Amino acid sequence: MARHQTSALLRERGQRRPEHLTERRARPPIVELRKVGKVYPGGHVALERVSLRVDRGEFVFLVGPTGCGKSTLIKLLIRELEPTQGEVLIAGRDIATLPDKRIPHLRRRIGTVFQDFKLLPSRTVYDNVAYALQVIGASRAEIRSKVPDALRLVGLADKTGNYPDQLSGGEQQRLSVARAFVNHPPLLLADEPTGNLDPATSVGIMQTLYRINKTGTTVVVVTHDREMVDKMRRRVIALEAGHVVRDQAAGRYTDEESTREFAARLRDEMGVEDEAY
Amino acid sequence: MSRVLFFIGEGLRALRRSAAPGVASIVTVAVTVLLLGVLIPVLQTTGGKTDEVRDQVGLNTFLYDDATPEEIAALETEIQGIAHVESVEFISKARALEILRDRLEAEDKADLTEQLPGARNPLPASFKIKPDNLDNLESIRSALTPPGAAGTPEPISPIIEEVVDSRDEASSIRTVTGAVKWFLIVIAALLVIASLLLVGNTIRLSIYARRREVEVMQLVGATNWFIRWPFMVEGLICGFIGGAIAVAILFLGKEAVVDPLADSVNLISGEETIAFAKLVLVLLGVAMAVSAIGSGITLRRFLRV
Ligand SMILES: Nc1ncnc2c1ncn2[C@@H]1O[C@H](COP(=O)(O)OP(=O)(O)OP(=O)(O)O)[C@@H](O)[C@H]1O
Ligand SMILES: [Mg+2]
Repeated sequence: MARHQTSALLRERGQRRPEHLTERRARPPIVELRKVGKVYPGGHVALERVSLRVDRGEFVFLVGPTGCGKSTLIKLLIRELEPTQGEVLIAGRDIATLPDKRIPHLRRRIGTVFQDFKLLPSRTVYDNVAYALQVIGASRAEIRSKVPDALRLVGLADKTGNYPDQLSGGEQQRLSVARAFVNHPPLLLADEPTGNLDPATSVGIMQTLYRINKTGTTVVVVTHDREMVDKMRRRVIALEAGHVVRDQAAGRYTDEESTREFAARLRDEMGVEDEAY
Repeated sequence: MSRVLFFIGEGLRALRRSAAPGVASIVTVAVTVLLLGVLIPVLQTTGGKTDEVRDQVGLNTFLYDDATPEEIAALETEIQGIAHVESVEFISKARALEILRDRLEAEDKADLTEQLPGARNPLPASFKIKPDNLDNLESIRSALTPPGAAGTPEPISPIIEEVVDSRDEASSIRTVTGAVKWFLIVIAALLVIASLLLVGNTIRLSIYARRREVEVMQLVGATNWFIRWPFMVEGLICGFIGGAIAVAILFLGKEAVVDPLADSVNLISGEETIAFAKLVLVLLGVAMAVSAIGSGITLRRFLRV
């Protein structure tokens, strides 16, 4: 398993584990699926006997052809859907056992970038991000300080007053990313966060996700972008027709690369010239 | 506190975005409250009138002037013995005159009794008989004047000149006010229901227009009440505006029409009418309650959160 590989690697090199990894052993994995199956009403089998675990602080790619069940898996994690078989555990707790009243609290601890963005059409860019903070009862001062930061990070600082329908597809996607991490959730799920973006902007988003991951947030990214996955050298879980067909930590996996180094290497390897934003 | 402001902001935002249903429910609430504002004082007044009438109901047994004190005392005992009599009050000729004087004085009219020739007292002495229950009035009357040999009622005592049933008059007043009262109450109830439904409908349209948004809110971790409150506030704002409009119209109406009339029309200005400030509070309370219930019911039924 990736966990053992990583920690073995670290011990060999005699380095201290990064802060966010120290508690790995004591605490249960942040995400764990046990023989999860999902059959949609009508009989379509979207997932079958999927078992996997993601530890705190990991950066994981979820790949696979269209219709293989990636979004379904993400929806199971926030209990937008319930599995027909098996268990979905978040931080060691089977979320099927959560009372309905606790579901909002689960979702607040998980930032989600939805494949279809799910923005609030009647709110401005600023208010869309602010909503994620209002939901958790943040103070006005907190909102005023955090929202601009999040928007700057995704390069939307100059579009705060726009409504979602006044944004390009890529901008909507970045807004969705900003909303997902504005309250610094311990787990970030991103369903195709670069699906509509040009390579340069994609690198920008990945850089943002990488930076978020560096602060200790576990990040799960769904993507079709083979090239990006290869370059990022992170753990990759591949799904096919509802089954996990591959789960491996790819390439020279290192936690020590700085965000800037990471972005530089990525741009270089993907042949992207200048900073996207 | 900032939460409350947030919810109020959200409610206003929703009303701004789709004004038409909001306006419809504001108007209905206003009409309802306006009618209640007229009905409540009217009901209060007619209520007061019937109470007064009920108090006066009884049998007045008028006596001939030549009745001796012994005869009167004997009759009083006899009347007290009749079933269903609650109280008997003897009103002497002098007392009757006094009552008349008092009444004239109370109504600011000239004391006509002073002009009576030779200070003669024309009023008869009487027994004022109160029944234990209004429905027993008739049985008391027939006990006082049982049918004689000729089939016509014969008084039980020769000193009785006449038995007057004040109920003949009273009951007609009572049934009229009773019918009017019920009619008004039914109309008021229907209006309240209509505004409940219209406020509910406004909220339903609002929920429908924002169902996608509600779904998104749920997915980013909003609790049910965090989603519900803005809708609730939207309903309350409709109720408050409607209520305020109605109160404003009532106030203008009171100033322009009722107060000038009040001097001449006894019906509206009776002391039983509740004070206007109290009425305003009651009406605004009703408006808010109606809209809160209207939105609450709708949220329960249509907002699947
Ligand atoms: N609500 C639904 N009802 C029935 N079938 C569904 C439903 N949602 C998804 N499916 C089916 O389940 C399968 C998996 O869907 P899912 O959205 O998880 O795919 P995906 O891997 O995210 O694909 P993509 O890469 O195109 O987003 C698909 O075949 C899809 O048609
Ligand atoms: Mg998908």
